[in-house]
Amino acid sequence: MSGIVVTGISPGMGRRLGQQAREWLPALVVFALAIAAWEGAIAAFHIQQFLLPKPSDIVKSCWEQRHTLWPAGWYTFKEALGGFVIGSLAGMAAATLIGRFKTLGAALMPIAIAANAIPIIAFAPIFNQWFDPLSPNSKMAIAAVLCFLPVMVNTLRGLQSASPRQVELMRSYAASSFTIWRRVRVPTALPYVFTALKVASVLAMIGAVVGEYFGGSYDALGVLIRSKAQILDFTTAWAGILVASLLGIALYAAVVACERLVVRWAPEARDS
Amino acid sequence: MSSAAAATLPTRRTFTAPLAAGTKRAAAVVCVLAALVGLYELYHWVWVSTGWTHPFVVDDTTMPHIWVILHALWQPAQVNQPALGTILFHKSLFTAKEAAVGFGLGAVIGFAIGVVLVHSRLLTRGFLPYIVASQTIPILAIAPMVVIWVNPKLPAGVQGWGSVAVIAAYLTFFPVAINTLRGLQSADPRALELMRTYAASRWTVLWKLRVPTSLPYVFAALKIAATASVVGAIIGELPSGLQDGLGGAILNFNQYYSIEPQELWATNIVAALLGIIFFVGVVAAEKAIVRRAPETVE
Amino acid sequence: MSESGNVVEIAGVTKTFPQGNVTALENIDLTLRPGEFVSLIGPSGCGKSTLLRVIGDLIEPTRGTVTINGKTARQARADRDYGIVFQDAVLFEWRNVAKNIAVPLELLGWDRAKRKERVRQMLELVELSGFADHHPWQLSGGMQQRVAIARALAFEPALLLMDEPFGALDEMTRERLNLELLSIWAKLGSTVVFVTHSISEAVFLSTRVVVMSPRPGRIAGIVDVDLPAQRSVETREDPRYFELVTEVRELLRSRGEHLLPEEEAALRSSHE
Ligand SMILES: Nc1ncnc2c1ncn2[C@@H]1O[C@H](COP(=O)(O)OP(=O)(O)O)[C@@H](O)[C@H]1O
Ligand SMILES: [Mg+2]
Repeated sequence: MSGIVVTGISPGMGRRLGQQAREWLPALVVFALAIAAWEGAIAAFHIQQFLLPKPSDIVKSCWEQRHTLWPAGWYTFKEALGGFVIGSLAGMAAATLIGRFKTLGAALMPIAIAANAIPIIAFAPIFNQWFDPLSPNSKMAIAAVLCFLPVMVNTLRGLQSASPRQVELMRSYAASSFTIWRRVRVPTALPYVFTALKVASVLAMIGAVVGEYFGGSYDALGVLIRSKAQILDFTTAWAGILVASLLGIALYAAVVACERLVVRWAPEARDS
Repeated sequence: MSSAAAATLPTRRTFTAPLAAGTKRAAAVVCVLAALVGLYELYHWVWVSTGWTHPFVVDDTTMPHIWVILHALWQPAQVNQPALGTILFHKSLFTAKEAAVGFGLGAVIGFAIGVVLVHSRLLTRGFLPYIVASQTIPILAIAPMVVIWVNPKLPAGVQGWGSVAVIAAYLTFFPVAINTLRGLQSADPRALELMRTYAASRWTVLWKLRVPTSLPYVFAALKIAATASVVGAIIGELPSGLQDGLGGAILNFNQYYSIEPQELWATNIVAALLGIIFFVGVVAAEKAIVRRAPETVE
Repeated sequence: MSESGNVVEIAGVTKTFPQGNVTALENIDLTLRPGEFVSLIGPSGCGKSTLLRVIGDLIEPTRGTVTINGKTARQARADRDYGIVFQDAVLFEWRNVAKNIAVPLELLGWDRAKRKERVRQMLELVELSGFADHHPWQLSGGMQQRVAIARALAFEPALLLMDEPFGALDEMTRERLNLELLSIWAKLGSTVVFVTHSISEAVFLSTRVVVMSPRPGRIAGIVDVDLPAQRSVETREDPRYFELVTEVRELLRSRGEHLLPEEEAALRSSHE
């Protein structure tokens, strides 16, 4: 798909760069065209500034208000990151624990899948009641809960999908169940885990911003976007959204980079 | 991923009647649910009786008893009003309408995007990065602007909830688009070659080969989208000022939390049920349409 | 080695699977002397794999005993007395070729340098020296199978268990690997139990062919292969070779005359 990863054979550096450029060129063209169309449409149809600001204004505002926007973004990002780390680690730990007991896993799996279908974001106000709404902990908690379920479900699924033959081979070497877990189950689960971590990275940022909607510190990006939208300062609100998206993309990209580093053998890394 | 294992072994299920298996599973689910309720109450009791305040203070406000929450459903929320359960039922119907319309809209758009992209590598390269990036936009933040922007353009009948459905659709289209693309791409190359020997048109290849292969992927996405549409509907209601749905109820009861926490909890439980019902609906549709639904496709 | 000097002693082994109440093996007696190459042949479902798994202590017999080098099968597995090769290569897709071969060596606690040297030797033995850094998906089926063989041989087990190792390969690759296997066997002098459903392969490779009959799995007869120890392409043209092939086929078929209809079907399907 979007891939640049070439495993195994490494062609000349120059050719690789050329390949990358060709891969990304269409995306850049689309980007340029979209921005041009956006600017043009606003000029042509006299769209009111407060409905849809010009992209150039949004970027300008991003720069001019960098002393409020970026610290606010960083504040929210830390909440999201904290929640992401806590929720994902807890999810993996829970899956590891449940994976040890087959019947428990079988009984819990449908519940976990159903729980995954719960709009957890609706529980954000309760987290704000539990923890001080002004403290980052409440947002970290909601982000953590959002991350927990997909990571747990996928990790469990990954741990359970180890090939019976590979396990049998390890048993022929008289490997202990811990060794089998470490050398077969964990590597098999890794692609599943990363799939979930990518989902979780997006959820964490959204969770933090939504949590802030129900009340939060004035240092936080979600509160800033909301208050700017309320006073119809949409340019700044959009600039805030841009910051939130960029930070969300950064977290997602970091997870993807880790995945490429760790899961070199997976089919996605291979045929992209 | 890894090669097929022990394909010759008879499946274990053949000798247990499906009914018995169903009962067993239902029993397991009930047991786990009971255990969860027990854990909640145990946590409540331990933290209250020891006076622990970490990670947060536990009392009847922060963690109302389960029975108090359930009891609240039978009580009128305000004097001269029907029971909270009845109100929440109507509100969830409203939210369900928004979510369902958004789900349908998002699924159709997502599927169409997948179909278009699978036919052009150039378009895929051009648009896929933005489809992925669109998911990192905190939808709640743009919801007010979407409402202001979309609402005036909608016909009178759908004004208000229509713009919320658009937000729900926004959250739905992404997983469907991505998985449709992956599913359509996953058609067996040999089968594609076979179709070529028949001189089949793109259209025929699409409907006779690619779409059937993609169905498990599409349904995997629809399961995610089912929840996402409910989330989108609830979130979309928050800034739109709509009072008819669960999102409005959450905002409202949030303000009275310190007096009557059980009402917010009850609303959340209803919201949770709505999400699960949507999910189960898609699972049922999948069972009916895709015979051998692989659980493992992400 | 045991006092009797036998590598494997199977005495009265019966295996019944509780699921479906299948008697896969009934009253199997078989003894293997050091350096023997014994093939197990029979229609599919006659319990060849089951017998191999019982020898390897991967499943327990319902009745009877298996003794390996004078020890229980359990002890032999714990001592890593045997190496096993399955029909599909069962490689770890997250490890490259060299690291796949090193799996049993790691479990045996060999140090890095020693592992590296042995892996190099094994790669040479199976003629894959240039492929140490490749991942399994970059190899053809035949190459993968050679990696699996190299892995099984890496720690020089005195006993090699092979379950239709070439079953999934094309005829030409198969014949070449047959020759390779024989030369490796001659070099290492290990004892081999080789499961196959190809009559010609069984006769070509073995010093003895054990013919099995299905449901319940029994030994229908044993054919001593008195061909010259040094096998080559010409062996396949030796008249004695054809006589032995016929003898094995007769044994398989003679049992067939007394088969139940469903057993006939099983036998026929094995000749597909
Ligand atoms: N784990 C198992 N559970 C139940 N039945 C099994 C199991 N393994 C093998 N069997 C049954 O035992 C019989 C022998 O199987 P197997 O040893 O795999 O045959 P072969 O390798 O000769 O084809 C078959 O009827 C098969 O269905
Ligand atoms: Mg077999």
